[in-house]
Amino acid sequence: MNASNGVAFTPRTCEELFGVWAGQPEARLLAGGTDLLVRLKKVAAWPPLIALERVSELRGIQCVNGWLQIRACSTYCELAEDHFVQAYAPALAEAARDVGAPAIRARGTLGGNLANASPAGDSIPPLYVADALVELRSAAGTREVPITEFFRGPGQTLLQPQELICAVRLPIRRGWREAFVRLGQRAALTIAKVSVAVAVRVERDVVQEARIALGAVAPTVIRAREAEVWLCGRRLDEKTCEAAGAAAARAAEPISDIRSVADYRRAMCAVLVREALCRVSGQRGVHEHA
Amino acid sequence: MSYTLHINGQLVSVQAPGTARLLDVLREELGLTGTKEGCGEGECGACAVHMDGQLVNACLVLVCQAEGHEITTIEGVAAQARWRPLFDAFVECGAVQCGFCMPGMVMAAAALLRERPRPSEAEIVRGLSGNLCRCTGYRKIITAVQRAGERIASGS
Ligand SMILES: Cc1cc2nc3c(=O)[nH]c(=O)nc-3n(C[C@H](O)[C@H](O)[C@H](O)COP(=O)(O)OP(=O)(O)OC[C@H]3O[C@@H](n4cnc5c(N)ncnc54)[C@H](O)[C@@H]3O)c2cc1C
Ligand code: FES
Ligand code: FES
Repeated sequence: MNASNGVAFTPRTCEELFGVWAGQPEARLLAGGTDLLVRLKKVAAWPPLIALERVSELRGIQCVNGWLQIRACSTYCELAEDHFVQAYAPALAEAARDVGAPAIRARGTLGGNLANASPAGDSIPPLYVADALVELRSAAGTREVPITEFFRGPGQTLLQPQELICAVRLPIRRGWREAFVRLGQRAALTIAKVSVAVAVRVERDVVQEARIALGAVAPTVIRAREAEVWLCGRRLDEKTCEAAGAAAARAAEPISDIRSVADYRRAMCAVLVREALCRVSGQRGVHEHA
Repeated sequence: MSYTLHINGQLVSVQAPGTARLLDVLREELGLTGTKEGCGEGECGACAVHMDGQLVNACLVLVCQAEGHEITTIEGVAAQARWRPLFDAFVECGAVQCGFCMPGMVMAAAALLRERPRPSEAEIVRGLSGNLCRCTGYRKIITAVQRAGERIASGS
């Protein structure tokens, strides 16, 4: 048995939580545990844990004044099944449907995925293309940062000591189409090797605005801004999708690691962007996923 | 610390540190050894139980988190007559070899069948995707779940 004499707190409100945290500055937050408990398995002496399980302020998904607000402890199951998320953040719903396996989707949370800050975190590219804001809270108050500025590097974020993610807010936009595509070693379990989210606003077949986000091809998730600009004013036909894929892949700066080599990731990036764009354009992608 | 857990329809009180894994509490404090430990990191599903009806890995849930939720283990599922056809189908289809993965497989199958009484093959593969079996090659397990679904749904 691990850490059989560790200490765990289960506050019910954020106020209570910050009170506990002030007295235990070295404590770690525990949401679904699907990252943290795996990591602690290799650790002999656990830090005190503060479980978010019962903090009701951190749960729930709602629409407020033109924004979709997703609280941090929403699980992948909740994201995948929520009608607002399906309607206003379809790429996020799609990503959530494919994370891990059922038992991981039942426990893993959006806040945990963001705080973990893996460049392969599946919820992140969809939030990039939705222009999401991350709401952070500490005893001193709340602040909001654009998702594209929240990550500093692998495992690194803007979170300050004793600050937590309380929610993510997405502007409710009309007329946008989104898609999420990922490529992993084994669909169910591995962290996505390369993942792509796209969002486009199309009028009379012509792209007005575009967002392309690439996961696992750089130290953080990135936007392929040149490809986005290039797409504007064009028709989303097969050739355009293909060329945009190639342009987006030029933004990738993949590191070679065990999961795959850099060139392969860059090549896949082009394929996945093409596929995601084909999908939002209504054409069938070349590379269909189960 | 003292925790009150709701397990297989009963309230039980356990003494454990808050960071004890639900898996260890089930096996070592409560003697519910049907739940197995394979990897201890969420990859294999041998430790799967239901929490408020949802499939979760008991190796990644701490006792302090489990309090307040309804937990069902393989022992609880085995005691329910409605799931009898599921166990029968596994046996009939030859879907069991060493048996180590079976409690988790059955828990995953039961969670799936509750939501989708007649799942397609693709849905079964998806529903069992967090459960590893080193013996059977999965084919017979899929057939067993299909057969159990048919029988439970048709009430025979
Ligand atoms: C078998 C398996 C498969 C997986 N598959 C995928 C996959 O396909 N795609 C994917 O992206 N990930 C995957 N993961 C990783 C993991 O499930 C996700 O990253 C998940 O979203 C983590 O959320 P959690 O609630 O479990 O986080 P936890 O493990 O509870 O916490 C992770 C980190 O975030 C911190 N934290 C949690 N909540 C907050 C908060 N509100 N504010 C500040 N800090 C916080 C914790 O202190 C900890 O450092 C997988 C993991 C496993 C074990
Ligand atoms: S022992 Fe829990 S998933 Fe393997
Ligand atoms: S029967 Fe042996 S692991 Fe599945």
